[in-house]
Amino acid sequence: MARVTTGITSSHIPALGAAIQTGKTGDDYWGPVFAGYEPIKEWIKQPGNMPDVVVLVYNDHASAFDMNIIPTFAIGCAERFKPADEGWGPRPVPDVIGHPDLAWHIAQSLILDDFDMTIMNNMDVDHGCTVPLSMIFGEPEEWPCKIIPFPVNVVTYPPPSGRRCFNLGDSIKAAVESFPEDLNVHVWGTGGMSHQLQGPRAGLINKEFDLDFIERIIKDPEELSHMPHIQYLREAGSEGIELVMWLIMRGALGDKVKDLYTFYHIPASNTALGALVLQPEDIAGEPFEPRRVMSGHSLTA
Amino acid sequence: MSEKKKERINIHEYLAEFDDIPGTRVFTAARARKGYNLNQFAMSLMKEENRKRFLADESAYLNEWNLTPAAKQAVLDRNYNAMIDEGGNVYFLSKLFSTDGKSFQFAAGSMTGMTQEEYAEMMIKGGRSPEGVRSLKKGI
Repeated sequence: MARVTTGITSSHIPALGAAIQTGKTGDDYWGPVFAGYEPIKEWIKQPGNMPDVVVLVYNDHASAFDMNIIPTFAIGCAERFKPADEGWGPRPVPDVIGHPDLAWHIAQSLILDDFDMTIMNNMDVDHGCTVPLSMIFGEPEEWPCKIIPFPVNVVTYPPPSGRRCFNLGDSIKAAVESFPEDLNVHVWGTGGMSHQLQGPRAGLINKEFDLDFIERIIKDPEELSHMPHIQYLREAGSEGIELVMWLIMRGALGDKVKDLYTFYHIPASNTALGALVLQPEDIAGEPFEPRRVMSGHSLTA
Repeated sequence: MSEKKKERINIHEYLAEFDDIPGTRVFTAARARKGYNLNQFAMSLMKEENRKRFLADESAYLNEWNLTPAAKQAVLDRNYNAMIDEGGNVYFLSKLFSTDGKSFQFAAGSMTGMTQEEYAEMMIKGGRSPEGVRSLKKGI
């Protein structure tokens, strides 16, 4: 059977893509960010770690969905997905190749589990989907695995509750486990961490909130999933609400996880960045060495 | 009697709390309705031919989108706070600043009243502290 073996979280900010495109990944500003991802890039290449399929949870940033159609939860069931033109031309990255059999299976299973999915058979994917791929797989000719894009609305209010996202993750886990083929499946939750991109309060970063969120998503996601939207907004900034998507990833891993790696950095452009590698406790591999990396301003008290 | 599924959230209280966050306009249904045309205009800039037409004659292009005079002026002025007041959403408006070759950091910084240099410096120094900007009523 297929199994969700790993959950990864990653920032998906477009500035990371721009840094790659303009050759700035080693400079003083971006160097520590890319260095923090290096252990994940190395780990995923090791035998047994490379997924067959990634269910990539992200939010569409007004690219595939405009103001005419706003699905709360959507799933990409197509054979392939092209990078979207977000105003500066499409990102020069490979097309995302889907896994329609598994995607349709997950879609059907989720609907039977009371999650009324929107099924996408023709969809461009924006930086929310492609930047995490670049951060973790680098710049290959083709992405090394199949990817099921899983857009979640966190733009037009109300987004789904943390609770709903956590339960959705649990249903994704069950759906994957009822797929007959042997597949190593990852669920990635992207976006965050604290940031605000609009208004006079833009630039908000809350290290205390972020580190507590990381701690709780590892150890007590059940309790964390009850956090109301207003608390994300007040504490993590208006765009920090993206963190509800991490709960989908976490819900897909089961009760107990081992944290293999935690990376936290301030700032990546307007944001605080968090990247985690988690595995279900019963099948978890060895933690990275070092297991926890902080960089940039996050090191300052 | 149908089974009670869960504790319901009071929608009025839910929405009212958003107005208590300083310097922040949450993209609610009311804003989404107000900004429909402005946001759809911004989406149109995902096509290269539209970007060219827009940059060649901004005012004429904007006239095709049934914008309020305030929304039109806000776009011409690249006043992102004013665009958000008109119901714009930053992810939609990103198509406009991308067309200008500008970044999210440029757009976000422009809304704070700081210069670009001051804003970038604030971010490098750890960003804006949440202290005092969580709640207007409570002043925390």
